[in-house]
Amino acid sequence: MLELLHIDKTYNPGTVNELCFFKDFNLKINTGEFVSVVGSNGSGKTSMLNIICGSMDIDGGRVVMNDADISKQKDFLRHRRIGRVFQDPSKGTCPEMTIMENMSLAENKGHPYNLSRGAAKMRRDYFRSLLAPLELGLEDKMDIKVGTLSGGQRQSLALLMSTMTPIDFLILDEHTAALDPKTAEKIMILTDKIVREKHLTTIMVTHNLRYAVEYGDRLLMMHEGRVIIDKSGEEKKKMEMGEILKKFDEISLEYGN
Amino acid sequence: MTLIISVFEQGFIYAIMALGIYITYKILDFPDLTVDGSFPMGAAITAVMINAGIPAVLTLPVAFLAGGFVGMLTGVIHVKLHVRDLLSGIIMMTALYTVNLRIAGKANLPFYNQPTVFDNDAVNGFFPEGMRDFQTVIILLVITAVVKLLLDWYMGTKSGFLLRAVGNNDTLVTSLGVDKGRVRIAGLSIANALVTLGGCLFAQQQRYFDVTMGTGTMVIGLASVIIGTSLFRKVTFMKVTTAVILGSVIYKACVAVAIRLGLAASDMKLVTAVLFLIILVLSMDKKRKVAS
Repeated sequence: MLELLHIDKTYNPGTVNELCFFKDFNLKINTGEFVSVVGSNGSGKTSMLNIICGSMDIDGGRVVMNDADISKQKDFLRHRRIGRVFQDPSKGTCPEMTIMENMSLAENKGHPYNLSRGAAKMRRDYFRSLLAPLELGLEDKMDIKVGTLSGGQRQSLALLMSTMTPIDFLILDEHTAALDPKTAEKIMILTDKIVREKHLTTIMVTHNLRYAVEYGDRLLMMHEGRVIIDKSGEEKKKMEMGEILKKFDEISLEYGN
Repeated sequence: MTLIISVFEQGFIYAIMALGIYITYKILDFPDLTVDGSFPMGAAITAVMINAGIPAVLTLPVAFLAGGFVGMLTGVIHVKLHVRDLLSGIIMMTALYTVNLRIAGKANLPFYNQPTVFDNDAVNGFFPEGMRDFQTVIILLVITAVVKLLLDWYMGTKSGFLLRAVGNNDTLVTSLGVDKGRVRIAGLSIANALVTLGGCLFAQQQRYFDVTMGTGTMVIGLASVIIGTSLFRKVTFMKVTTAVILGSVIYKACVAVAIRLGLAASDMKLVTAVLFLIILVLSMDKKRKVAS
C-alpha cells in the first residue's frame, strides 16, 4: 500500500515565480492496484511520481509505503522496492553495455555489487528465455550494445529489467510516449502481462486516454495538483472514452492547452 | 636504441597513470584535475620512503593506497559537498601542491644512489649482466601488464559493471537501488590510486621528486587515452586498456621525436599542449565537426 498524506510542494518559494503545486494532496493506492493517471501538461502527474520515488523533495506531508514513513528516505533506497520505467528509453538501460551485461546488472538488484563476476554465463539461457516472448529477436543479440537498439527494443528491455527482481511497486512514467503507435501498443500489452503475472502495484502516467481506459483497474485524472476524477472497479469499467475526453477538453480549454 | 628503450619505459609508466585517467574521463565522464597533484604525490612519498631506507617495493602499495585516499576526497567534495567536477579537482590539485611539499620537505628531493624497484640487489641478481639496459623496461612491462589485467578483471565484476553504468546512465544506478554518489567516489579513488602508482614508478625511474613534475599530467594522460581509443577503435579484439597503454607509448614516441627535432626540454609543455590539441581535433567525430 502506498499513501501520500497532506503533501505540500511549492516551486521557487520566495521568488516572483513562486508556484504552489500541491496543497494538502492526498492519495491512497492499495496493494495490487493498477492505476492509470492522465492529465494535461503541468497537472502534476510526473511530479507526483517524483515525490513517490524521492527524486523530488516535499515541503510538507508524508509518503507512506506499506505502513512505513519513507518521506526522509533517499531515492536510491526507495528504488530497492520500486521499479521505474521512464519516458526516455535511454534512461532505463546502459547504452555502452551489452544486453547480457544490462540484464546481469538488473538481476543483481537488491544484492551487493561486489567483486564476483558481473555477467554469469549460466544465466544466459534464462535471460534469453525472458527476451524471447518479446518477439523482437533480442535473444539473439545478447552481446550487442544496447545503444544500437531501437527505442522500442530498448524500452522493452528497460521494462523487463525493471521487473526482473521482486519489487512492490512499478512506476511507469509515460513509458510509451516516445514510441511509434505500433510499438507503444506492444509495450502496453507487455506491461499488462507483466503486471498481472507478478501482481505488481502499478502507477502508470500516460497521455494516451485510450490506454488509461483500457488498462488498469483504477483511473485518475489530475489537474493543477489535484485529483479531479478517481474511478475504480465497476465504476471505471462503465466509463467511456467520450466521458473522459469531455472532461479533458473542459480543463484543457479552460487553460488554453 | 637508448631512445627507444626510454620511450617504452616512460610510455609504460605514463600508461599506468593514463589507465586512471581512462577511468575518470571515459568511464565516469569526470575531467579530474586531481591527477596533477596525485601524480607528484606518488613521487614525493616514494622519494621520502626510499631515502628513509625502506625497501623500494613497499613504495608501490603505499603510493597506491595514498592515491586512493586522495581520489576519495575529490569524490566526497564533488558528491557530498556538491562542488562541480572540474572545481573539485582544481581544489584538490591546489591543496596537494602544499601537501607534496610537506611530504618531501623541499621542492626537489633526489635519491640517486638508493635502491629502487628497477635497481636493487634482488633484481640485479636475477637479470644477467648483458640485460642491464633492458632491466627497467622489462620490470615496467610486467607491472603495467599486471595493472592492466587487474583492471580488466575488475571491470568484469559486479562492482565494475556498476562503475561503467554510473558514467553511462546514473539514473539506472539509482533505479537499481544503489547510491550513485558512492560509486563515483569509488571510481575516483581507483583512478587516483593508479595515477599515484604511476608517479611512484616515475620517481624511481628518474630517481628524484620535483614538486612541479605533476603539471600537465591530466593533459598527457588524456592525450594517451584519446590516441589509444581512437587509433584502435576499429580493432575489436583489443581491450580498451591495451589501447590506452599503446596510446601512451605512441604519445611518448611523438614527444621523443619532437625533442629529437631540436626542441628544448623547456618547450615540452607547449609541445604537449599543441600535440593534445591536434589529437583532440583529429579524433573528433565527423558528425560533431559538421554540427559545430
